[in-house]
Amino acid sequence: MPIITGSKSDAEYDVVIVGSGAGGGQMAYTLTLAGLKCVMLEAGRAYNPDVETSMFQRPDQTPLLGVATPDKQMGFTDATIDGGWEVPGEPYTQASTKPEEHFWWWRPRMLGGRTNHWGRISLRNGPYDFKPRSRDGFGFDWPIRYADLDPYYTRVEMLIGVYGSNEGLENTPNSPPGVLLPPPKGRAAELYLQKHAKKLGIPVISIHRAVLTRPLDADTIPARLHPGNPWAQRIVADSMRRRAACFWATDCHRGCNIRANYQSTTVHLPPALETGNLEIVPNAHAREVTLGRDGKANGVLYIDKKTGQEARVKGKVVVLAASSGESVRILLNSKSAQFPRGLANHSGLVGKYIMDSVGASVSGQIPALENLPPHNEDGAGGPHLYIPWWLYREQLGGKFNFARGYHVEFGGSRGMPGGRSPLPDDLARGTYGTKYKEEARRFFGSQVGYTCRGEMIPNENSFAELDPQVKDRWGIPVLRWHWRWSDQELNMVDHATKTFAAMIGAMGGKVRSRQDRSSRDAIEPGGKVIHEVGGALMGADARNSVCNGWSQTWDVKNLFLSDAAPFPSNSDKNPTLTIMALAWRTADYIVEQARKGNL
Amino acid sequence: MKTSQRNGIRDTVNALDASRLSRRTVMKWFAAATGAANLPDLGPGVFAASSSVTAPPTTHGYGTDPDVSGYYKPGDFWPLTLTAAQRETAISLADVILPADHLGPAASDVRVTDFLDEWLSAPYPAQQKDRTVIMPGLQWLEEESQRRFQTPFKSLGKDQQRVICDDICWPADAAARFKKAAEFFVRFRTLAASAYYSTEAGWKALGYVGNVAMTSFDGPPPEVLTKLGIEQTVK
Ligand SMILES: Cc1cc2nc3c(=O)[nH]c(=O)nc-3n(C[C@H](O)[C@H](O)[C@H](O)COP(=O)(O)OP(=O)(O)OC[C@H]3O[C@@H](n4cnc5c(N)ncnc54)[C@H](O)[C@@H]3O)c2cc1C
Ligand code: SF4
Repeated sequence: MPIITGSKSDAEYDVVIVGSGAGGGQMAYTLTLAGLKCVMLEAGRAYNPDVETSMFQRPDQTPLLGVATPDKQMGFTDATIDGGWEVPGEPYTQASTKPEEHFWWWRPRMLGGRTNHWGRISLRNGPYDFKPRSRDGFGFDWPIRYADLDPYYTRVEMLIGVYGSNEGLENTPNSPPGVLLPPPKGRAAELYLQKHAKKLGIPVISIHRAVLTRPLDADTIPARLHPGNPWAQRIVADSMRRRAACFWATDCHRGCNIRANYQSTTVHLPPALETGNLEIVPNAHAREVTLGRDGKANGVLYIDKKTGQEARVKGKVVVLAASSGESVRILLNSKSAQFPRGLANHSGLVGKYIMDSVGASVSGQIPALENLPPHNEDGAGGPHLYIPWWLYREQLGGKFNFARGYHVEFGGSRGMPGGRSPLPDDLARGTYGTKYKEEARRFFGSQVGYTCRGEMIPNENSFAELDPQVKDRWGIPVLRWHWRWSDQELNMVDHATKTFAAMIGAMGGKVRSRQDRSSRDAIEPGGKVIHEVGGALMGADARNSVCNGWSQTWDVKNLFLSDAAPFPSNSDKNPTLTIMALAWRTADYIVEQARKGNL
Repeated sequence: MKTSQRNGIRDTVNALDASRLSRRTVMKWFAAATGAANLPDLGPGVFAASSSVTAPPTTHGYGTDPDVSGYYKPGDFWPLTLTAAQRETAISLADVILPADHLGPAASDVRVTDFLDEWLSAPYPAQQKDRTVIMPGLQWLEEESQRRFQTPFKSLGKDQQRVICDDICWPADAAARFKKAAEFFVRFRTLAASAYYSTEAGWKALGYVGNVAMTSFDGPPPEVLTKLGIEQTVK
């Protein structure tokens, strides 16, 4: 990656972008290729996946066999730097002392944010997902329709590269022909489930993930992404040619030094830097957005973490993409006479309606999968197949006591062992010696796990506000979280865990996890699935939303949000592809409005 | 752009002081997440061991920004602390659990004790909790060996070693006086197996054949499809 310089404090940029993850990366990509001068503030350090990624290291070549520790909270080789559930010196607090009302907040501090280690699952929202209230009366509709985002989903898929298949299932959109990359072959446990789930009427299909199963077509895609802009096409083509296809080994959570999967640092930022229109300032922790006399945002105050001093960048437009929670925090901390409750917060809704995905898991053991002939199942470093929500009609017909769907992600294959015993105690019982080693070999690859990713309905009890007392190490007020699941989510978990037990049963297997748990015990705590969205909802009306359908705040017209903060709902589909599609659309709007002199 | 390990470590140590409260919370989460929270209460006897047996190490971890692209071995980040005697007991027990046989080498051949030593010497809470179970357990094993055979565990015949192990290999079946020892045994077995199956030889013993770059991914081979009665549906 080209060299990153510190910013010149007196320059005025066209756009100040805060955050370099999925939202900030896409924003910088689109704006700089359209010719706008941008500066990007990133709280974490610079990061270069080309040389910093752990690829083929075995667990015995890492400390503590690579297991998670308080320093590296998803394991040693995981591509998360200086963060996790906790960031030293940057606390967050909980309003309640009850653990079930706590929110878990995952924050890396590095260039590229969570995109360096995310799971790469890239599902489109379907048409229902933009109009949930119209469909079932709960939550909020988006001010935009599927048709508004469809072309942007297509562009993002072409740029980052997404494998998958078009199955034409309800509310599970197809991509245009030729856009998706070939899906990888099913693994044994995935295909075995597919066969037996059929008896239960459950479809198992190819998942969509941002991994290159073949090289991107650098000869044709750039022209489709940037018609009429040969300069942009050349830059994007060069960047695409630097990305290799997946070589079917290594864990994508470590990142990818051949650039075969999507990370902001390998896909969005290199071409953006190549334009010469982007300056990235790492170790720059944004504190607040500053407001001019004209009521427009005119820059961002940040802490230069290297010196601890406050500094400032100026811009004609400000885009917050610091992750939904952190963007909310910046807004709430940007107080002025005009905005005593925080910037763009005339509605009082900044921080409200935080959502995560509903998570719950069941594990099992399948005798038919025991003692299979050894074969390589590393594949594309993540899942190949999944179960989309399949009961739309029944649900709308009032058959269930929960209104929204979930999809199912799988664990369990002959993946790389290490860090923990492949033979759990409940299967090993009292064995040791050669018998133990034989049992380990027998059971390897026969343990399965199913986890739901479900849609939470936004509620009044799940929100974030500034803690009145606690500040971070720079004296900036921190977020205090409130969290409550409703019966909607608990009932969904009940359905999911029973369904997973039935799937395991249909394969002739045994459930291994505890079955006597209530759904309150089975549901993951809020935030734990790391799909947090909301807090600055988009809507059709300034009185009951924070921004419009362009993610432009109602109150400050040159202030935009390009992470998940504007999401009015959190469909079961993982949020990141939608973050990127929205960011591209918002960027196009910024370019157009800037050209018209409207910002 | 690579930050050195040393820097990473220094930064964390400073930062820790600033956020002690919430760090404690995270440590609790970790103890729970790794299952260490399910460990037994330590009862009386050897298992209420003196602090000299279980004294936790006082070093720092690798920090929140170690160079993850490196290749490491036990001892690189913090000193190893097992005594020669503790290592001998651990090697002998690990080899009873994971012996050399038709599936591959013994635990001692793949340095399992080094990993155990690294684990038990680590400054993190989950590992320190294991230390309070494993160290007294190793001592118990030696005392039991002396009591029954007047011989160190490592010098016992295989049959004699098994006589002791059979009494402690599964907590649910163990006699009341062996309960604590059985909990030690099962935890020790898990740790030894975790290390063993993290190595190339362990992978071979298990039938894991990945972590190699390939030009295509063809899915399960025909004999696997046939055995399971399935077809490759992704064309
Ligand atoms: C383990 C894991 C697996 C996941 N798997 C999936 C998946 O399979 N599919 C999916 O769709 N999603 C997945 N996600 C979620 C996904 O990572 C996020 O939705 C996505 O990264 C959000 O993009 P973002 O730009 O909003 O935030 P981020 O990617 O988090 O980027 C925000 C950036 O802003 C920086 N920042 C924060 N505060 C400030 C500040 N005050 N000043 C300056 N900079 C700041 C941060 O350091 C960070 O670099 C996963 C997440 C995790 C952790
Ligand atoms: S599985 Fe493929 S995409 Fe994922 S890290 Fe490995 S090579 Fe890269």
